[in-house]
Amino acid sequence: MDDLSSLIDPAATPAGDDPMRPRPFRIARVRKDLADTFTLYLTALDGAPFAFRPGQFNMLYVFGVGEVPISISGDPADPAVLVHTTRAVGTVTEAMGRLKAGDVIGVRGPFGSPWPIEAAHGQDVVFVAGGVGLAPLRPAILAVARHRERFANALLLYGSRTPEDLLYRREMPVWRSRHDIASHVTVDRATGRWTGRVGVVTKLIRSGGFDHRHAVAYVCGPEVMMRYAVQALDAVGVTADRVYVSMERNMKCGIGLCGHCQLGPHFVCRDGPVYRFDRLGPLFDIWEL
Amino acid sequence: MTQRTHRGDTAGNDAAVLDRDGLAALIAGLSAAGFSVIGPRIADGAVVLDEITDIADLPAGWRVDQAPGRVETRPADPDAPPHLFDTVLPAQGLKRYLYPPRRRLWQADRDAAGGWHLSDEDAQPPPALAFLGLRPCELAAVAVQDRVFLEGPYADSDYAARRRRAVLIAVNCTRAAATCFCASMGTGPRATAGYDLALTEIPDPDAPRFLAEAGSDRGRALLADLPQRSADPTDRAAADAATAEATRQMDPANGGRAMIGDVADLLRRTLDHPHWDRVAERCLGCTNCTLVCPTCFCATVEDETTLDGATATRWRRWDSCFAVGFSYMHGGSVRREMSARYRQWMTHKLAHWHDQFGVSGCVGCGRCIAWCPVGIDITAEAQAIAASEER
Ligand SMILES: Cc1cc2nc3c(=O)[nH]c(=O)nc-3n(C[C@H](O)[C@H](O)[C@H](O)COP(=O)(O)OP(=O)(O)OC[C@H]3O[C@@H](n4cnc5c(N)ncnc54)[C@H](O)[C@@H]3O)c2cc1C
Ligand code: SF4
Ligand code: SF4
Ligand code: FES
Repeated sequence: MDDLSSLIDPAATPAGDDPMRPRPFRIARVRKDLADTFTLYLTALDGAPFAFRPGQFNMLYVFGVGEVPISISGDPADPAVLVHTTRAVGTVTEAMGRLKAGDVIGVRGPFGSPWPIEAAHGQDVVFVAGGVGLAPLRPAILAVARHRERFANALLLYGSRTPEDLLYRREMPVWRSRHDIASHVTVDRATGRWTGRVGVVTKLIRSGGFDHRHAVAYVCGPEVMMRYAVQALDAVGVTADRVYVSMERNMKCGIGLCGHCQLGPHFVCRDGPVYRFDRLGPLFDIWEL
Repeated sequence: MTQRTHRGDTAGNDAAVLDRDGLAALIAGLSAAGFSVIGPRIADGAVVLDEITDIADLPAGWRVDQAPGRVETRPADPDAPPHLFDTVLPAQGLKRYLYPPRRRLWQADRDAAGGWHLSDEDAQPPPALAFLGLRPCELAAVAVQDRVFLEGPYADSDYAARRRRAVLIAVNCTRAAATCFCASMGTGPRATAGYDLALTEIPDPDAPRFLAEAGSDRGRALLADLPQRSADPTDRAAADAATAEATRQMDPANGGRAMIGDVADLLRRTLDHPHWDRVAERCLGCTNCTLVCPTCFCATVEDETTLDGATATRWRRWDSCFAVGFSYMHGGSVRREMSARYRQWMTHKLAHWHDQFGVSGCVGCGRCIAWCPVGIDITAEAQAIAASEER
């Protein structure tokens, strides 16, 4: 049977193709946004641009510590620099917050489904954000700003715990003055000299400012906040087929192979994280799914 | 292409009859060609898959009986047909060979500039393995894992390389264990696809022999080189009758086991069913079922650093949806209740797998039933939910 050795497939797969291997990026700049939140500006060591669509995320790897999913929060029209805004809440994100300009971070991505902003062409576009949930919406807001003429009213409804937790505070006035994207902001608890609104973000939805029959909403925040926001939107007439949410689950691979991010039939890393709400539908209400 | 010399008289044909010398020649030929032959063997009182070098390594004269929460390996009855492969299923299937329980994903080293880089691994080709004695449900499980690892938007290159080098030689089942329900899952007891060679042990005490069918070019090449004779209608009829006996044993009318029909739709609409709490009262969350299941693919990653912090290694390791930390997010796990975790496992296997991969995630091997320390039975749980819905 000498010639049977030809039955053995000789090919080994080159490791470079492996989607589990991170690409090294240099931290060009670190911006401290809030007490626990920071923004990293990254450039690829090999200089290659990083194209992505609003709503997509990367797996960010901190050397020797671990890897976590973080949405891209930069401008999709500027692929030369990759921007991530992260809140330090645990092991990996805290270690990430200690990194400095010049350090190297690992990047795998972009992964997941985008915010389909073209769904709002010719209509009012409503962004609803809670806390650090504004970070994944920022690329979509910037994309609307760039093609502002394609949309009717554009509105950001944003809620955070306290005034000290408001993200991108300096940018919001620019969005308003230069791009006619209004921001309505509310906090759960007023501190300091806050004279703005106090209360949950659903109150902002109820006070309107958009044409409910011709509006598309993009919602991102903690799951409970999204639940109430979707209900409030439905109550004012923005039906679930015009509401998009971004889901969060434990993620170990980002490519549909580790099973961790499952939500019923969905792999949130691959089929999501952005979903049209009616397609998630009843699954959203099932306990501990 | 090299020109092959055909010794067999069924050259170009897909079926032949091998006697035990023919089987021995197959093992020897595969070894000579550079394959490690992996087949069932007795070790530590159980049947496991391991390297075999000779026909004498096979578990001839042994029998395995399985029941919920029970696996028993014992000498075969004196009047039993002289089978080499009467041990039904090994404790674990070939999953651990194609998808190792722990695998290094990559290694990175710090460099002077305050950065780090991944080391270039010279990708070693994985071992070339020939699996002998795979059951039809195992072949079906490989086809399921092929869909998971090879046919999605991202492929697992390590699995792909191992898979391409694997030769799959099935042995059709002529006896079903009490935990088997492949007939109701459409995966057995006779292999219909996915093999290089499929053998059926013909229970003839006077002339122990195998009907050998080739299912691929590789299988045809292997078969052509073996001492053999062509299969006649008697051989085929004997093989058909032998596997029909296993089907008969699995028929619920004969006290056998079956999965209820339309289980996927049933589970999709009963995610809120109180029965999940009743299973949770018994389930220990031990993860045995996911570890023995030949299709379960969930994995986690582990990071390891040398003490001087200079080198970091990332590993992939099998994980289980029964672990509380599996669904951990900042703030707590999604599936804290045992009922939610059992539901995740069962609905994934039997319902959501169809949505994800167009096929059932359960092939009916019955391992999760046999290896569950408290004997939880996926077929009985499905029946219980269906019955309560009718009421
Ligand atoms: C698609 C997506 C986009 C996101 N975008 C952003 C963003 O733009 N900005 C942002 O700030 N956050 C974002 N997040 C949230 C962010 O990923 C988490 O805050 C982060 O994973 C927390 O990691 P940590 O190590 O700091 O926290 P920890 O609470 O320490 O946990 C970190 C990880 O360790 C693992 N882990 C911890 N404990 C256990 C355990 N007991 N068992 C098993 N595993 C365990 C889990 O995998 C967990 O994800 C996003 C999440 C997703 C899914
Ligand atoms: S779920 Fe149980 S019976 Fe089905 S393939 Fe897995 S181990 Fe076998
Ligand atoms: S079903 Fe049985 S085997 Fe599976 S986790 Fe529960 S106790 Fe363990
Ligand atoms: S994160 Fe691994 S499957 Fe989605």
